[in-house]
Amino acid sequence: MGIAVGLSGLAFGAAAVTAGLSVAQACVLSLLAFTGASQFALVGVIAGGGSLTAGAAGALLLGARNTLYGLRLADMLPWRGPRRLVAAHGVIDETFAGAIAQRTPADARASFVTVFAAIYLTWNLTTLIGGLATERIGDTDAFGLDAMGAAVFLALLAPRLREGRREVGVALLAAVIALAAVPFLPPGVPILLASAAALVIPGGRAAASPAADDGGPSEQEVRP
Amino acid sequence: MTLWLVIIGTCAGCYLLKLAGLSAPRRLLDHPAVRRFAMAVPVALLAALIAVQTATDGGRELALDPARLGGMGAAAIALLLRAPFLVVLVAAAGVAAGLRLLGL
Repeated sequence: MGIAVGLSGLAFGAAAVTAGLSVAQACVLSLLAFTGASQFALVGVIAGGGSLTAGAAGALLLGARNTLYGLRLADMLPWRGPRRLVAAHGVIDETFAGAIAQRTPADARASFVTVFAAIYLTWNLTTLIGGLATERIGDTDAFGLDAMGAAVFLALLAPRLREGRREVGVALLAAVIALAAVPFLPPGVPILLASAAALVIPGGRAAASPAADDGGPSEQEVRP
Repeated sequence: MTLWLVIIGTCAGCYLLKLAGLSAPRRLLDHPAVRRFAMAVPVALLAALIAVQTATDGGRELALDPARLGGMGAAAIALLLRAPFLVVLVAAAGVAAGLRLLGL
């Protein structure tokens, strides 16, 4: 995962500088926003000629998923005060995926801290390198970095799809909603709208006792 | 200068969104409907991100780029074969870059 994040960081630094940001601005985003999809959304809108407001709105809408991750992680990360303030900065796709894959709260905490530290260092260092080296790198698409960004998300999603038919249904519906909305809504909004797929598909037994579903999909679950 | 303000504002907003989730009242997750929603939302969001990144032009309009689709196909096959994470990414980038080299 480290190398993948590193390559994404290079791509972000390059994309930000290509969009007209300074290297310092790209680095501030990686240090303080530290949520890749939002950062890409902001510079993507700026590069595409969109307004700064639209770019920031897209970034914040994408960042709202971290709120949902935090809701789920709060049980496993029972820190208070300054430690919670620091931990909050680490609530992103990768730390969330790592923590919820663990079996005990202690393992989840250890995974969260390790992944947060490793990705924070890698992401910021490679943003700097990518920004500085943009002229040499040129068109990052030529290296297939755009396909790799989506592949990162696919690899994060794959284990969840093996959990059962409900997850597959939610994923397919979300993808359809997002693509259907893209022509009509500003960048970033279709992705948030797609989270409605989580509401539409009924949950079966998983709601009452998540542990009960560990054995595999249940026949009573979902026929969307 | 405006750009700096937007960047700082975006950073502050992104951080507060993260903090809000960790600090929300625990009772919220005791509610079965909220718990079910919170479990399913990441699946929906990841699937939407994949769809938008694969089949649109930066989220602005639908666009099927053969090289990018090929890269994603390679990633999907690698995942079905239970390949390690790094292999999945290298397959995606390699196939996409290779197809572009061939002029697709």
